[in-house]
Amino acid sequence: MTDAVQIDTPAVPRVAGRPNLLLSILLRPLGLFSVLWLSIVVIVAVFAHQIAPYDPMQQNLLAIKQYPSAAHLLGTDAFGRDILSRLIVGSSGTILGVLQALSVAALLGISLGVVAGYFGRWVDRAIGVYVEIIMALPNIIILLVILTIFQRNMSIAMIAVGIIGSANTARIIRSATLGVRNELYIEAARITGLSDLAIIRRHIIPRILGPITVQLSIFAAISILIQTGISFLGLGVQPPFPSWGGMILEASVAINDFPWLLVPSGLTVAITILAFGLLGDSVRDSLAARWTHTSTPQKQRAGFRAGTTSQQAFDDSAALSVRGLTIVTRKDGVEKALVEDLNFDLAAGEILGIAGESGSGKTLSSLAVLGLLPAGVEVVSGQMRFSSKTYDLSNTRALRPLRGQQIAMIFQEPMAALDPCFTIGHHLVEVIRRHTPMSRAEARAKAIEALAEVQIADVETVMKKYPHQISGGMAQRVGIARALIPAPQVLLADEPTTALDVTVQAEILDLLRESQKKRKMSVVFVTHDWGVVADICDRAMVMYHGKALETASVEDIFARPSHAYTRALLAADPHAAPIGERLPTIQDMLKEGSR
Amino acid sequence: MSANTETPLLSVRGLNVYFGPFQALKNIGFDIPTGTTLGLVGESGSGKTTIGKVILGQVKAESGSVIYDGEDITNASRSRRRGLGRDIQVVFQDPYSSLNPTRTIGQTLSEPLMMAGVTSRTDIRRRIKELLDIVGMPADTADRYPFEFSGGQRQRVAVARAVIAKPRLVVCDEPVSALDLSVQAQVLNLLNDLQRELSVSFLFISHDLTVVRHVSHRTIVLYKGEIVEEGDGAQIQDAPQHAYTRTLLAAAPVPDPARQREKRQRWREMRQAQLNT
Repeated sequence: MTDAVQIDTPAVPRVAGRPNLLLSILLRPLGLFSVLWLSIVVIVAVFAHQIAPYDPMQQNLLAIKQYPSAAHLLGTDAFGRDILSRLIVGSSGTILGVLQALSVAALLGISLGVVAGYFGRWVDRAIGVYVEIIMALPNIIILLVILTIFQRNMSIAMIAVGIIGSANTARIIRSATLGVRNELYIEAARITGLSDLAIIRRHIIPRILGPITVQLSIFAAISILIQTGISFLGLGVQPPFPSWGGMILEASVAINDFPWLLVPSGLTVAITILAFGLLGDSVRDSLAARWTHTSTPQKQRAGFRAGTTSQQAFDDSAALSVRGLTIVTRKDGVEKALVEDLNFDLAAGEILGIAGESGSGKTLSSLAVLGLLPAGVEVVSGQMRFSSKTYDLSNTRALRPLRGQQIAMIFQEPMAALDPCFTIGHHLVEVIRRHTPMSRAEARAKAIEALAEVQIADVETVMKKYPHQISGGMAQRVGIARALIPAPQVLLADEPTTALDVTVQAEILDLLRESQKKRKMSVVFVTHDWGVVADICDRAMVMYHGKALETASVEDIFARPSHAYTRALLAADPHAAPIGERLPTIQDMLKEGSR
Repeated sequence: MSANTETPLLSVRGLNVYFGPFQALKNIGFDIPTGTTLGLVGESGSGKTTIGKVILGQVKAESGSVIYDGEDITNASRSRRRGLGRDIQVVFQDPYSSLNPTRTIGQTLSEPLMMAGVTSRTDIRRRIKELLDIVGMPADTADRYPFEFSGGQRQRVAVARAVIAKPRLVVCDEPVSALDLSVQAQVLNLLNDLQRELSVSFLFISHDLTVVRHVSHRTIVLYKGEIVEEGDGAQIQDAPQHAYTRTLLAAAPVPDPARQREKRQRWREMRQAQLNT
């Protein structure tokens, strides 16, 4: 490989001055729409009597059920009253009701939810009882009772709606709080000595503002429905005073001979409900955009598809040979190369290490061989030669028959690779019978054999155990046993010892080496640990930012690293460094190298 | 770096901790003199993190004592604990969850200063700027959010938060385990520099004997809740006394194929001997 690969320390992305919250809401089309609409509704509700062109209660029996005209912009109703004026004046009651319900639900729901989630224990249980009682009550009947007792007082009814709504709000805020309560930054704040109130104010609330806004906007929409619903039933504002619900009621009476009457009131209610929902989403997204990655389109790096296929021929003596592997991720139409034009050969019976740091593309390169890339990441070009066949690595379907048969894989998290619902024995029997049809008893005997090969002592007991009952080291042994059952020619090992204790790691490495020798298997060993490379690998390929910097025998890599980056990485290992002295960092080394 | 041998900054004696019927720590005792680093090595389940938690007041001890600067803080009251936050700080393993994603770095770094009684905004801003400079972060870091930084950079911010109010002891719980080798070197250098400048003491908890040896004045090896070996880092590496330490050392691979081959051979013999007994 070449020394020309640029090694740069990833620069901190420069984010130009962030717009303030309101501006960033208004920059979203749906946000702009909802803010505009709701502002209009609120302003109209406040200045209703000044704005309304007619007296909403003045009847004109000579001009009933008129369609929109210059004199009556939205037409007139069954008594010849101006619909626009009635809609304008009727908005006051609805908006006031929503505000009353919303403030009660917000105040009660947020404080109860946060307190329950943050403090837990008996506080949580007590609040839980309150929430459950409210949720168990028949809401509509309660509202009807309250309206009867308080002589159709709409304010009291809407406050009751707020109290009822606080239960669900509290429940959702509680679970959001539970999700962040154990984060390390809260632990750190507590150790620093912040009071509970300060932690809630500074760390919990900002973190759960998203669920809070969404929940409250949904609740606002619901309370419009309830408010208009009550008026529709004739229990709120009394005719002839206008209200949105009352207007829908009047429209429903005239639905057969004058359907237009339903349009202004119905549409207003629907749009207002929609606007609340959209506002919640826009606020949440705008809030999150301040502290998460936003998809700012970058200049597209074109040409990954065309002309990148390597001209280099396959090495026919190799067990597995990969040419021109390019892996990209696509986000919002922008392509970014994660692995670029990678070539490597795995000789028969060798252990090839792929070494690199996070983001180097080492794991993706090994996953691509089996077409196992995660969603959103794909191979755009790349050919593989394996057992005298050529495979197109971008064609995942063609690679499927190889998986677990000729090419097997073991993973970093051995426990995650086992299904917690099934015993170890079940896992293995399953795999065996999938590969070769045979009876359960025969498969069981083979499973026992496989576990014995990975040096598990008490095989019979282990067969009956569930994954959570065994240690991480044992789980990795089971993973290896399972991978080796179909006698694969190639084993891909993705950081198989990284999650293990060092003493267990030594045993697993020993086991892998023995199995590899016995079966004359070829192994690709992905790792970030140079000690592990020195221990188990015959050759190593060093990767950096999706490119292979150098490939050589382990003796050469350690004694005569040809690339500055490899030299720098090896020097940064505290192994060789004098105790307490400065460790040379990559930056130091590269500065020296460029002199 | 001369240690004050008269009274150690932190002194732990006869510590026993139970989780239900399971004894997590057995009769743990050690001292951390002012301005020094004590390394704590052990594998998973050895109880190394629990020791840090007892010192930070997050786990209650069944018996034994934690003496900080002459004061028994084993069962310190909640209000005393809050006061201790100024003197005893922490750096966690996971640089991602240890910074609040919704707060700017400046807001995060201002908290320890506020708790230490610094009220003037200009003072806070000046001190944050100073610290960011010390940990090698760009000057405009304070106005940015954690998502804009890599794991290594976040860990440097976490270190800055721990030392910004000039604490006397910092518990570092696997502070470099989640970092790449190249970044690990930067953070280890930073810790060493900070100790020299601020004469802060560290309790450095790690599973990696090589890392611990590099930063520690004294090292303790922990096995199943017990201290099996204690000494200075080089001594433990060169002349381990306890069988477990020897196994641990033999199991850790070295980045040198020839030496590693010999080492592996020794490990195999050792393991065979253990299996035979």
